[in-house]
Amino acid sequence: MNAVLELDTVTRVHGEGATEVTALHQVSFTAYAGELVAVMGPSGSGKSTLLTLAGGLDSPTSGVVRVEETDLSALGQKGRAAMRRTSIGYVFQDFNLIPALTAVENVALPRELDGAGSRSARRAALAALGEVGIGDLAKRFPDEMSGGQQQRVAIARAIVGDRRLILADEPTGALDSETGEDILRLIRARCDAGAAGVLVTHEARHAAWADRVVFLRDGVIVDEAGSDRPDALLQPAR
Amino acid sequence: MSVRNALLALLEQGPRYGYQLRAEFEDRTGGTWPLNVGQVYTTLSRLERDGFVEGRGADGDGHVVYAVTTRGRDEVATWFSSPVPRTQPPREELAIKLALAVSVPGVDVGTVIQQQRSATMAALQDYTRLKRRATGDDPQELAWVLVLDSLVFNAEAEIRWLDHCEARLRRAAKDRDDDRRRVVSTSSTDAGRSTDAGRSTDAETEAHR
Repeated sequence: MNAVLELDTVTRVHGEGATEVTALHQVSFTAYAGELVAVMGPSGSGKSTLLTLAGGLDSPTSGVVRVEETDLSALGQKGRAAMRRTSIGYVFQDFNLIPALTAVENVALPRELDGAGSRSARRAALAALGEVGIGDLAKRFPDEMSGGQQQRVAIARAIVGDRRLILADEPTGALDSETGEDILRLIRARCDAGAAGVLVTHEARHAAWADRVVFLRDGVIVDEAGSDRPDALLQPAR
Repeated sequence: MSVRNALLALLEQGPRYGYQLRAEFEDRTGGTWPLNVGQVYTTLSRLERDGFVEGRGADGDGHVVYAVTTRGRDEVATWFSSPVPRTQPPREELAIKLALAVSVPGVDVGTVIQQQRSATMAALQDYTRLKRRATGDDPQELAWVLVLDSLVFNAEAEIRWLDHCEARLRRAAKDRDDDRRRVVSTSSTDAGRSTDAGRSTDAETEAHR
């Protein structure tokens, strides 16, 4: 089993002097291939900071963030952007779809930006839409779809091109409880198929879909619930 | 009186004997509330005494078969058409434990809360795992999924309540700290020190937000 995401003693400080705030303090955290990890905590506990660092949208003040064994800070701006198009899938609470593009165009976009031919990007996008159960809605625009369907498009965009790290920030926040559950089922299925998932949520019912639940308070991991990974027992304690 | 009413509802579908009733009850509720057969038979004899069911004698294998009466059918209809009464809150060990933890000196309430939150979360993960396996395709499975959902929502409510307790305790602790600082800064003649104290409180407030 290999680590897809690794945060090694990561600290993130915002501001300086009197207004200095430590959003994360020496956090070490790993998500392995095939597992879904939920991060729970109240507002201001650092859970969103953790996710933006993992996605290369922000850089740590100290410590190292590795995605598939690559140090994100060492990559530079351009390299990180490329990484986000090929290795990291992001799912947001408000879907973040481009309104002027159809479902299939939204999903194909990251592949095309990455230089894939438009036909192959489209083929990959259709496959991803099929995987999330809305292959028949490929030509719809976001405003012609329900919230649940839009979130499915966003998940298709996050997994297209076989990305191995899925980061989800309150992905069910805008959905009713049953639709939300369908979305979690999809993310869960993707992890069961070998991806690593990190789910940030304040809803326990949703966090319960994860293999492990990590509790954050004031930028520090205070506890963890859920099954130990069997091979964790074989690793030397750090 | 949920078991009594559940048995009556099962009997509405046709005469049955005690073991059958127990098996069907446990099937539909996924064995979440196990019944012993003695309990089933005492309930049946009480229902018979009150005229809701009648014994039909033994079948070929010697099981005493019960059938629902007209009065029994009315009783089932009433049960389904009225809400479950919310009377006295049931004695809740966790609420009692926290009430005592905050009022007995020397108990680390934060740890009590986090311990419980982890344990309840682990239970919630177990229920969710069971739910993932159940498809809810046939009515029997659907019944089981609904029971699981009830356990899921209850566990979630407990965790939300624990989060709420924690937030409340932290605010109370902060208010106490602020009061103490105010006392220190008003009694102190060292202006510099009181400014520093004020500043660190601001930083903390930020961090907690």
